[in-house]
Amino acid sequence: MQVDWSKNFFELFGLPAQFDLDPSDLLTRYRELQRRVHPDKFASASAEERRLSMQLTTLVNEGYQTLRDPVRRARYLLDLSGVAMNDETDTSMKPEFLVEQMELREALEEACAREDSLRRLAELANDIEHRHAAKLEELRDCFSRGQGALGAARNAVRELQFLGKLLQEIREQEEELT
Amino acid sequence: MAYSDKVLDHYENPRNVGSFDKGDPSIGTGMVGAPACGDVMKLQIKVNDQGVIEDAKFKTYGCGSAIASSSLLTEWVKGKTLNEAAQIKNTQIAEELALPPVKIHCSVLAEDAIKAAIADYQSKTAGGDDKADAA
Repeated sequence: MQVDWSKNFFELFGLPAQFDLDPSDLLTRYRELQRRVHPDKFASASAEERRLSMQLTTLVNEGYQTLRDPVRRARYLLDLSGVAMNDETDTSMKPEFLVEQMELREALEEACAREDSLRRLAELANDIEHRHAAKLEELRDCFSRGQGALGAARNAVRELQFLGKLLQEIREQEEELT
Repeated sequence: MAYSDKVLDHYENPRNVGSFDKGDPSIGTGMVGAPACGDVMKLQIKVNDQGVIEDAKFKTYGCGSAIASSSLLTEWVKGKTLNEAAQIKNTQIAEELALPPVKIHCSVLAEDAIKAAIADYQSKTAGGDDKADAA
């Protein structure tokens, strides 16, 4: 088994390092890679090869999880381009985005306190999903504009993380109520 | 994750929750967000003519550590001058609340929020009436 550990996930999957990808093509490539490195195939191989097969399987799985999720894929692409996310230290966001986030959080709080909370939560989830989808389109557009729009892509990713968290919280509230 | 007693105390009895009128010229508003966890924090200060923070309020949507960091900060800044408040470091907050390393960014959020609130107040007073209206 020949292993080139310097390959990034796109190279590992034989894909161009770009945001757009076909999910079903990615899945096909993932299954093929998985099959080739699966530990079952190396059951009677040397200890060294068995260890390698385990490591590769982990790498292939991590690569698939990274590439199939648009936000993680975008973060990975930005990382490859040398754009630092600095999630932990950079807390400045567009003021109007933060105001909107505050309002959405308040709407979530209110929805939970109401009689028809499940219906309210569903409406809110629907609203956030639309915002999330629109922001993903914006992100795709940023990546299609090349190097000059990487900063804008980073912004879109950061905003998507807020929207993703909000959706997750709505889902948790829904589960608590059902 | 196990929270420290101090975090739990602020989380269960948050001090100074609420809002001031953002348009009031004596109010400085700081809004920040943590992309890592999606937390949003709003911190407001009410400043008197001597440049002393008379009152502070916050509203935070986030984990216990983020709520505790902002709650503690509103207690600390009251009675301080703007310069003194600007000196507060996230490490002091993290230490007081015994935040674990993965929650340090919550204290960073609080430090950035007070800095943003001070900057907002200063831009209002420096810019005169026109700017205060637009803010």
